[in-house]
Amino acid sequence: MKLLIIAGPPSGGKTAVIRQVIKNLPEGSLPAFLKIDVVHATEDQELAEEFNIPVKKIYSGDICPDHMGILVLDDALRWAESLSRNILIIESAGLCLRCTPYTTYSLGIAVISAISGTNSPLKMAPLLALADVAVVTKTDLVSQAEKEVFRESIRKVVPEIDIVETNAIQGTGLRYLMRRITEHPDIGPDQIKLRGAPPLGVCTVCIGKKEIGWKNHFGVIRPLDMPEPLYRGD
Amino acid sequence: MIKQFTLMVESGKNRFGEQEGFETIEIRSGDTLAIVGPTGSGKSALINDIETLAQGDSITGRRVLINGQEPPESFVREPAFKPIALITQNTRCLADLSVEEFLLMHIRARKPGREDLLEETMNLANTFTGESISLKSRMSGLSGGQTRSIMIADALVIGDTPILLLDEIENAGIFKDRVIQSLQRGNKAVILVTHDPYLALTADRRIVMRRGGVASVIESTGEEQQLIEDLALIEDRLHQIREKLRQGASFSSVSAKVLMAPARQSLQLNRL
Repeated sequence: MKLLIIAGPPSGGKTAVIRQVIKNLPEGSLPAFLKIDVVHATEDQELAEEFNIPVKKIYSGDICPDHMGILVLDDALRWAESLSRNILIIESAGLCLRCTPYTTYSLGIAVISAISGTNSPLKMAPLLALADVAVVTKTDLVSQAEKEVFRESIRKVVPEIDIVETNAIQGTGLRYLMRRITEHPDIGPDQIKLRGAPPLGVCTVCIGKKEIGWKNHFGVIRPLDMPEPLYRGD
Repeated sequence: MIKQFTLMVESGKNRFGEQEGFETIEIRSGDTLAIVGPTGSGKSALINDIETLAQGDSITGRRVLINGQEPPESFVREPAFKPIALITQNTRCLADLSVEEFLLMHIRARKPGREDLLEETMNLANTFTGESISLKSRMSGLSGGQTRSIMIADALVIGDTPILLLDEIENAGIFKDRVIQSLQRGNKAVILVTHDPYLALTADRRIVMRRGGVASVIESTGEEQQLIEDLALIEDRLHQIREKLRQGASFSSVSAKVLMAPARQSLQLNRL
């Protein structure tokens, strides 16, 4: 199974990118989709109807959605596996931008809009710095020079990152992202871990324990199929 | 950067899935092409296909080749190698930077080490615009015409690419004639989307858009020469009146007659 983790600030165009990705996956791909959001999201139903694929949604409520994503990730992989899927696409709500939802084995895709301000790449450093690909959306709304200056700003944060510029509604330029996804290897045998440490906090994800799965954590946790989070530990 | 090139657009499909009205359009150094058509007919989509060097992956399915081949990836993805500059319809720049910071960052992307181009770019931009732009101005605070002037100067000096794409440059109140003069230097291929009759008629070829695709390509045969000359006169009068109005003038019935007299005469002569 392949794992795609897609993160970025709200209204950056993550869902538009995912829609194009699903539409253009190579033959034989069987995607499943997990959406993690705070209080409201409809993308799961939209994608289920449009592409007839299994979807799941989780509301994190009072908990940081990226933490939630980390806790439920191994359950979600098993869920996708049980449905004989070979690619799991996870869309994170991406709010504080300090977390890095990307894990080992995953293809980490940061989605940022070209109209989000020249300095925004600097502000979302870890979310961008630990990604494999930066997808810059809404490039049809800015001039070519502005697009190239924005690219320069991303390069300042991560000199080597693969940058894909697109108008995701139309799908222009996404051939480079599709190639990267197609070439990306399946999940390997070692335990999946986070690439970076989340910021200081109150649960064991927050303090830098990188194992995925609620069984490996204490504090406020949540399995995939439980309606409410629960507290585990002292 | 390549200097000798042929850009070739291979036809795709219009909004209704019908094949476009051409097989290929070849564009060489020094060519000027105008793209005309009603709003929503696919004009901007065509120049966007050219700018992104589409390979059948856009909504139209067109392919754009350079010297008969699929261009190398660096032409599409690395600004420093990109042979195409595009000036879009946007008259706002959202970058949270001063003009100086913006241009220096673009120089780093396009021509690393050529910080000397900054001054030349500013000087050229200020010949296009009525109220001059300073290096310390914020990009987001410039007027539409000032933004457009910066973008055109940036494309000509910092981009300095063999292919230039312009989307409706006439709409921002800048000195159009000076812009056109600057574009014609340097043997560039210039492709412009325009609603301006004079600009459309003076191009070597006109690409006519309809329903999201190219309907036809018209070669200029010289038969339209008289019309171009008439339009040049009218343009000239319009320009004079426009500039006077901008300076706060008002007109009496006599002065209006005098201003329009040469254009009237010429038009009457042609009718005979």
